[in-house]
Amino acid sequence: MMRRIDLVGFAAGAIAAHPMRSALTSLGVVIGVAAVVMMTSIGLGAQQRVTSAIGGLGSNLLIVSPGASRGPGGGFVSQGAGSGMSLNDDDAEAIGKLDGVAASAPSVRGGAQLASEGANWSTRVEGVTPDYLVARDLTIASGRMFDENEARQGRKVIVIGQTIVTELFGEGADPIGKRIRVGAVPFEVIGVLESKGQSGFGQDQDDIVLGPLPAVRSRIVGRRVRGDNVQTIYVKAGTADDLDRVQEDLSNLLRERHRIRPGQEDDFSVQNMAAIMEAMQASVKTFTGLLAAVAAVSLVVGGVGIMNIMLVAVTERTREIGLRMALGARRIDVLLQFALEAMTLSVIGGAIGLVIGVGGGALMAKLGDWPVAIAAWSIPVSLGFSLLVGLVFGAYPSWRAARLDPIEALRRE
Amino acid sequence: MIEIRDLAKIYRMGEETVAALAGVSLTIARGEHTAIIGPSGSGKSSLMNILGGLDRPTRGTYRFEGEDVGQMDDDSLADFRSRRIGFVFQSFQLLPRLSALQNVELPMVYAGLLPAERRERAAAMLERVGLGSRMGHRPTQLSGGQQQRVAIARALANAPDLLLADEPTGALDSQTGKDVLALFHQLNAEGLTILIVTHDHDVAAQAGRRVTFRDGLIVSDDKGGPA
Repeated sequence: MMRRIDLVGFAAGAIAAHPMRSALTSLGVVIGVAAVVMMTSIGLGAQQRVTSAIGGLGSNLLIVSPGASRGPGGGFVSQGAGSGMSLNDDDAEAIGKLDGVAASAPSVRGGAQLASEGANWSTRVEGVTPDYLVARDLTIASGRMFDENEARQGRKVIVIGQTIVTELFGEGADPIGKRIRVGAVPFEVIGVLESKGQSGFGQDQDDIVLGPLPAVRSRIVGRRVRGDNVQTIYVKAGTADDLDRVQEDLSNLLRERHRIRPGQEDDFSVQNMAAIMEAMQASVKTFTGLLAAVAAVSLVVGGVGIMNIMLVAVTERTREIGLRMALGARRIDVLLQFALEAMTLSVIGGAIGLVIGVGGGALMAKLGDWPVAIAAWSIPVSLGFSLLVGLVFGAYPSWRAARLDPIEALRRE
Repeated sequence: MIEIRDLAKIYRMGEETVAALAGVSLTIARGEHTAIIGPSGSGKSSLMNILGGLDRPTRGTYRFEGEDVGQMDDDSLADFRSRRIGFVFQSFQLLPRLSALQNVELPMVYAGLLPAERRERAAAMLERVGLGSRMGHRPTQLSGGQQQRVAIARALANAPDLLLADEPTGALDSQTGKDVLALFHQLNAEGLTILIVTHDHDVAAQAGRRVTFRDGLIVSDDKGGPA
């Protein structure tokens, strides 16, 4: 009985004897594995980008908007004409008292021209309450947020994002105490927000100006929002588990407050960001799976290439097979020799494909500006798959080799 | 050592059956130097294939040192070839991408020897056939006579009980052929049992015993020493 470890030497010798042919044989698997790894990494990157895009809005967040929603169970807002201004300050306050609500932040917004020290910048100004920072997961980098009293008194103070600092005062300047004219109204800068960078959707999250709700509503947004109406209420649930219950409770609360009869449509809509994220992630996952499946087809094609060359090799080496049998090789030894050869070609191809796939995935991430996401499992899985491809497509040629009649084989020219 | 009784090998060729061996009985003792002679189609190759454990008889018995080789399964036959038989072929049958040393190592791989032991024994075998200085050469870098010596060294690698040579000089010129036969004589003098299959009467004349085949049967068995 031979030592099976010696088969490794046989396989290596046969592969090394035809370096060019071996390289071309492996190429199919190289391309297949590289494609699978690259596609999954692109998919994973897209998934992470979706997560950060939606997560960037704030965690455990419900966004309540005026106007009826499309379809049941939330979703995107139908902002048709006459959707009106169905939400107000009191609604926000009432929601804030619900069980499990960490913050309920009403907001209005309007476009305005900012001007200071000769520089100016066009952006949107949001009128909010201090709770807004909690709801949107924002933090103050320097200075402070205005408080409830300042907000109520209509003090003209604002908190600004890094982009505003850079555009109006220059990079790294300290704007605290400086004055900015928002439209025609001068405001004092009292705080700067921590930078959040670009959102997954490509928006600059630092291009932000926060002022007290009453002041912004009356001085900047103007006619478009009447009285104590608000355009959005950001509601943050205490925990992710509370989210669904809070959504239901606040819907019931608002229906009650707005006197909506059973069977009648809501005059507001609630977007559950977690649910939207799940839906988007699911679609990205499906897409990734599709890409990987297409890539996997090329892996199968690579396997067929290996089978083809192994069949040629068995035919070419018929005499060698006969000789090995005459010298004492059992049929299983011959079978394993060729199977190992096929698997070695396939796994070498898989390893090279993995390196190319990881490199390609990283390159694509750089070009597409999303996080590099190489799943750790893709390494064992792709090597395992290439081994499987070698095994499956090497099986038939190996079986043919092992079945040869040694007398016939020795006689073959 | 070898005992065959009423051995037959019958091939089906469509409707007809052809008896390559039609009931042959033969006994070969340890240390004998036998030549099997006969024209092509006489059944001598079929006999050699069965004796070498490459083929099974259709009928009859084949005992080797008491082992019933005729009834063995494929794996047992492979082990039998590995332990008992050394093959020498007309066309040498060396693997071109391996060195002389690696070619000689090959049967020892299938016998399960460790690499160091294989190398040592392969080197010793090549020394024995006079190729100690050519161990690293590939078959294509060797002359025909040298290639056949490598093949003989390979046949000796696992210390077989029987050396089976099929037309060993058929691909060699007469001088190198003579050298190879001289090597067989030397090995036989050292105690090795040798069986040469040939259609060349000059080659057969070197052997101590000449068994002549025709149409699947033994027609003469001359134990009279070298003719």
